[in-house]
Formats: sequence, C-alpha cells, structure tokens
Amino acid sequence: MSSGHVQKIKQLPWVLWIRQVQGIILFELRRSLTLRRSPFVYLLALAPLALLSLRLFFPTEQEILDGIGGINVMFAIIFRAFYLRLAVFFGCVGVFMRLFRGDVLEKTLHYYFLTSVRREILVVGKYISGVLLNFIIFGGSVAVAFFLLYLPSGWVTVEEFVFKGPGMGHLFSYVGVTFLACIGYGAVFLLMGLFFRNPIVPASVILGWEYINFLLPPYLKKISVIYYLESLCPVPIPSGPVTILAEPAPFWLAVPGLLGLTLVVLVIAGLKIRQMEISYGEE
Amino acid sequence: MESREIRFENVSKFDGEVLGINRVSLAIRPGITGLVGPNGSGKTTLMNLMTGLLRPTRGKVSVLGLSPYDPEHLFRNVGYCTQFDAFPRGTTGFHFIQSFLRIHGFTGAEATRLTEEALIRVKLTEAADRKIAAYSKGMRQRIKLAQAIAHNPGILILDEPLNGLDPMARAEVIALFRELSADGKHVIISSHILHEVDMISDQVIMINGGYVVAEGEIQDVRSEMPEHPIQVLIRCSDPGRLASRLFQMDHVVEAKIQADQKGLLIRTRDADQFYLRLNEAILETGQDIEAVAPADEDVHSVYQYLIGSNGGSTS
Repeated sequence: MSSGHVQKIKQLPWVLWIRQVQGIILFELRRSLTLRRSPFVYLLALAPLALLSLRLFFPTEQEILDGIGGINVMFAIIFRAFYLRLAVFFGCVGVFMRLFRGDVLEKTLHYYFLTSVRREILVVGKYISGVLLNFIIFGGSVAVAFFLLYLPSGWVTVEEFVFKGPGMGHLFSYVGVTFLACIGYGAVFLLMGLFFRNPIVPASVILGWEYINFLLPPYLKKISVIYYLESLCPVPIPSGPVTILAEPAPFWLAVPGLLGLTLVVLVIAGLKIRQMEISYGEE
Repeated sequence: MESREIRFENVSKFDGEVLGINRVSLAIRPGITGLVGPNGSGKTTLMNLMTGLLRPTRGKVSVLGLSPYDPEHLFRNVGYCTQFDAFPRGTTGFHFIQSFLRIHGFTGAEATRLTEEALIRVKLTEAADRKIAAYSKGMRQRIKLAQAIAHNPGILILDEPLNGLDPMARAEVIALFRELSADGKHVIISSHILHEVDMISDQVIMINGGYVVAEGEIQDVRSEMPEHPIQVLIRCSDPGRLASRLFQMDHVVEAKIQADQKGLLIRTRDADQFYLRLNEAILETGQDIEAVAPADEDVHSVYQYLIGSNGGSTS
C-alpha cells in the first residue's frame, strides 16, 4: 500500500465511526438481551445444559469405563452435532436474519437511516452486536456444557484433565470455534435477511447444504462454513460408513478463510443496504 | 458557494407502475414551508426523497448542496419526524432519544445533555422514564418530534406533526416551529389542516396527484390565478352606498352585502387598482371603516381553487 493510501486511511473519521458502532452495539444488545426478543435462542442454549445436568446424578457405567477418552469423543459429537449444526446455526438464523428484517417488520428501521451514520457502519454495528449476543449465549453454553460433561468423572479427573492436561486447550478451541461459527453463519444470515423476506427458505437450503457436507466430494466440502469449523475442532470423531473423507483445512487456511468469507459477505451486505429504501407498506 | 436551498430537479418517483411524484422541480428556501395536498398526493414521497429514504426514478435531489444518500453528512443537519407511529420495543422516551444520539456519534455525556434539552422543548420530561408503549398518541408525536430536533438540525422535516396533539400542545408546537424558523432554519411541514398551515407557513407547496400545482408565498400564488377574482372583505357603516360606488370600477365583478348589513364582500380582477382607488371611494361615501382584509388569500381558498376539494379537515 502506498504512503498516499495510508495517509488517506488515517484521515478517515475512525473515532466517529467507532463511537457510532459502540452506540449501535449498546442499543442492539439492550434490545436483544431481553428474553422476550430472543426466547428461542436462550432455549437452544439452555436445553443441552438441562440434559447434561441430569448426568451429574445418573452417570452411565459405560461412560465410566470409557474414561476421559470416551468423554472427549462424546463432547466432540455433542459439539459438532448439536452446537455447530443446530444451536449456533439456528441461533444465527434467529438473531441475524432479524437484524434488519426485524426492524422492517417493526417499522423502526427508518430511525437508523435518519441518523448521521453511514449505512455500511450500520451493517458493521448490527453485525458485531449479533456476533456478541450469540457468542455470549452459545459460548457460555459450550463452556458450561464442557464442565457438566466431565464433572461426573470426579473432581480429581477434571483437575488432572482440564487444569493439568490438555482439557483447557480443548475448551478454548471449542469456545473459539463457537465464536468463528457465530462470525461465519452470522454474516451469511445477515445477508440473507437483506435479500429474503421469509427466512425459512434460505435457512433450509443452507441447513441442507451444511448437513450433507459429509457426503460431498472434497472440493464441494470447502464451499461451506461447517467444513472449516470442523477442521478446527480439537478432537476428531469417528466417521460414518458413507462419509467421503477429505483432509481437514489447516488452521492457517480455516481461520483466514472464514474471516475472508465473512468480509466478502459484509461488503455485499453494505452495498445492498446503501440502495435500500423504506417502504414498510409492502411488508 | 454553499446552497441554502433544498432542490428538486425534474424528479420523478414511480413504485412499479404507481406514480409517487412526477417531474417535480422545486427550490425550497429557509423559513417555514407548508406542504399541502390530499391523501396520496405525494407529500410523504417528497419528504422521503429529501431524506434518502426513497431514491428517485429520475432527476436529482440535493439538500443544502448535499446528496440525500450521504447520511453521514446530511443528517448532521437534518431531522425528520416521519408519520410512522412505531418505536423500538421496550424503550423509554429518554433511552430512545439518547440511544439514537449515540448512534449519531455523540458521546454519552453529550447525548444525555441533548436528550434532556429536547425533552424540555417538547415538555415531556416527566414521562421520559416511562416506556413509549404506554404513551398517548400526542406523547408519541412529541417524542418523535424531540428525536428529530435533539441534534439541533438546521433543517426540520415534519410529516403531519400536529396529528394527535390537543389544542394546547398544538399551540406550543407551532410556537416551537416559529422559534426554529426565526433561528434561520428550514422547517418543512406537511399537513391536512389548512388553516394551521396558513397560520404558520411562510411559503407553501401544493401537490396533487404527484404533481406540484403551486409553490411560493401564498399571496404570490393567489395573484397568479386571474381566472379567480380576488375577494376583499370590507367591514363598514354603509355597505350599500359603498357597493354602488365600487361598482363603477370596471375591474369589480361582484359585490355582496353581508347579512348583518355591516360588511361588503367585493370580487375584483385587479387587486392593485382596487386598493389604490378604495380610499377615494371610502372618503366619497363617508364610511366608518372597521376592517379591510383579503378574503381568499389563504391556503384554504387557493387549495380549493387549484385542487378543488375541501381541504379543511383531517383525514
């Protein structure tokens, strides 16, 4: 980048933009954190915790025999099958598709459009608020579920595995993957919310694509969010008989790949929102 | 040189096959501008085009030289109180205004101060901490107004701002508009209530079926309608004698004595000539004059001449 470009970027009103983004995040979080606006998201996050809490009282013999290795695989399966493919996915559908569509339905989007904020900044602010909301809810749920799963093995085992062994690293990886899932799915569904009035159709198509990922040839697997997320999970899970195997994406490709995809999607969302008109009568 | 006008240059807006406005060219100067026309005539479309909520199908709009599609610069100087009667759920009046000031980019302390000032201006401080969902129609109207003026814009665009207000609140809000206009600001008001537009507007824009049918100061608009003779009401001691004297002027086409025998309604094709020679007629006929006033140089009359329907009531 030439020094002229650097100078130009430095002259941009970053301080104002950051303040505006903060303002949007504060307002959105305050609206969204209420149970009334997102009950379904809270239900998705709390359901596995309720089920795993039961295990504290009724541990199965098989799990005790399998030891830490078995529990590691069990959590990996729960994380991939429930959190990634179901909870975070539908949490992002619920939160991100509502970011703009919800305001259109409530006839309140014009308040944002009538402030001295660039519409692209509005996209960024709303997107970050959605990522934070989903990450707080699902990242917290993943962390609690992790401990709930290991606790029935006894505190000594937990201490050995989590605090002296690789457990803490696993936990950080799972929470990190949850964060990336919120980022990736969030961007996709924010964009879908700008193009589609009804979220069911695009959500079903994307859900179907992500679900059949294990059946897809390696080159098609790479056109999905789940491929990169699963590549980052710390514990591999046994593959089924019909799974088409593909090399997992290395860390250096998975993380920048997801972030790059997110950036592209947000740029498209920014361009779309710039052209958007307010005509609530048609909704 | 920085423009002080809101300009529409041959602007059309179609929504599919439906006409919003058609080939509108306007230059709105500072002061209070009344935007009048029947329902569906294009008033809100015009306001939405000024504020970038809609994009024109053809033509160009500029606001003080700025594009309506540059919100970062435009809305530092523009406040728009729309007709939409919806608010973000669960917010209080205070939180609603303060939150959008923060989104404008004000710091927390600035936003709080400006919110308090705006609430004082619309007399809503006591209800500030109550949820907007519990507000009456008039209070909701005032909180929208507070939100539009909170960042001290130079241009205030108000779509039916008097709807839902009781007479006392109307008077207070009209006084506020006058105050803002006296500060050199643009205040653009759409309303169905013509006598209120008449009371407060420095200039009017009349719109019908998507076309601007008249614009300017109401007297100027009225004088451009030679097919409708000007009406002048004279309250005097002997209207019969004055009527016969005035009928000698060839531009006077009608004289009606009022039922109480204390007034005379004259219709003339040349108001300037009429006023020049009126004093002479009064002296000749020895009248005691109580009042001389134009009877149809108001928005209501012009509206009726141009648009044809009765625009005196809300709908």
